Amino acid sequence: MPAMLVQFLVAMTATISFSVLFGVPRRYYFYCGVIGAAGWAVYCALLDASGAAIASLAATMAVIFLSRLAAIWQHCPVTIFLISGIFPLVPGAGVYWTAYYLVTDELELAVENGYQAVKIAFAIVLGIVFVFELPQKLFLMLLGRRK
Amino acid sequence: MELALQAGHILLENGAEIFRVEETMDRICRYYGVESESTFVLSNGIFMTGGNDHEKFFAKVQHIPVSGSHLDKVAAVNQLSREIEHGMYTASQAMEELERIRQMPGKRKRTLILASGIASGAFCYLFGGNLGDSLAAFLVGLVLYVYILFVSTPHLSKIVGNISGGTLVTLLCGLLYAATIGQHLNFMIIGSIMPLVPGVAFTNAIRDMADGDYISGSVRMLDALLSFLCIAIGVGIGISILGRIDGGSLLYTTQTIFRPR
Repeated sequence: MPAMLVQFLVAMTATISFSVLFGVPRRYYFYCGVIGAAGWAVYCALLDASGAAIASLAATMAVIFLSRLAAIWQHCPVTIFLISGIFPLVPGAGVYWTAYYLVTDELELAVENGYQAVKIAFAIVLGIVFVFELPQKLFLMLLGRRK
Repeated sequence: MELALQAGHILLENGAEIFRVEETMDRICRYYGVESESTFVLSNGIFMTGGNDHEKFFAKVQHIPVSGSHLDKVAAVNQLSREIEHGMYTASQAMEELERIRQMPGKRKRTLILASGIASGAFCYLFGGNLGDSLAAFLVGLVLYVYILFVSTPHLSKIVGNISGGTLVTLLCGLLYAATIGQHLNFMIIGSIMPLVPGVAFTNAIRDMADGDYISGSVRMLDALLSFLCIAIGVGIGISILGRIDGGSLLYTTQTIFRPR
């Protein structure tokens, strides 16, 4: 359990530092961090059971759902939360392994990793598209109840 | 009209989606009584025509090179357009306000460099490195952003910038690994390349396509994919050089078979 907590905090730190890089206004840092960390938590929880692609899909959906809630709650563009929140899920590692195995002549592993990176990218695409189709009213309603 | 165009310009330049740019321009035009306006926004240009009783025809095309991403400016313009709609500004006041937003200072360079270092370190840890690896990734992240700010962005094209950035990261990680700061070369490199990864372009590309703006979406997607590819090439070059330097022992002692799940 402490390990999970550490992961959560580190993911939060990572997301916040990216929001600094992209020039997010200071008052939104905390929300960005929580959203990014929540996405990472979902990803970690599902990774062993269902594979990276499904885990990425679910995590992206969680990130975007939370981003839209936060955007309506704080009256600001959803992009602010979305971009830094989704960063931990972008397959940077997949790109690295692909390049690594290409150079070390392990073609089979290179293809496997490259294919995986593409799959994750598609999962992220689908996640974004699905959750943006949900009507704005739903989010207003959810917030109305929570307040 | 001029006002709407300027607002659109700032939004597009700093990483907003096409849909938001169009909507904001519409909103501003409508409030100031421009009825027949029509806008066409691409990823690097805005075309706009319109007219009302005072001014029969207005047409303007503006080319907008995509630069960095300053989401605070996007947020500020968005806020402004809402306030305009509530009638809080006259046209000239709003213009002044826009000018202020345009000159809004970015974050200080020191802050950006530090943020890049922390992000690298944190990602290295998330992807499985230990504390020593994270420390190394932190250092490399710092150096990388100094390189991005002072060499790559002002002097190099995006392609060369990304390739050289990837190579730089790999070589530095190899150096630190040889100096026994950090035990897992792979995780160190993965963490440190994160500040290069084109997350904004990738996310905006998908959102533009989901809104049906296929042209802008594919341009941005191409931008993102090209950046991914260049980073991979850069890392590949770096690994090859490392392999040459010590006859491959560095690579093969650290080599773990990594299979995706």
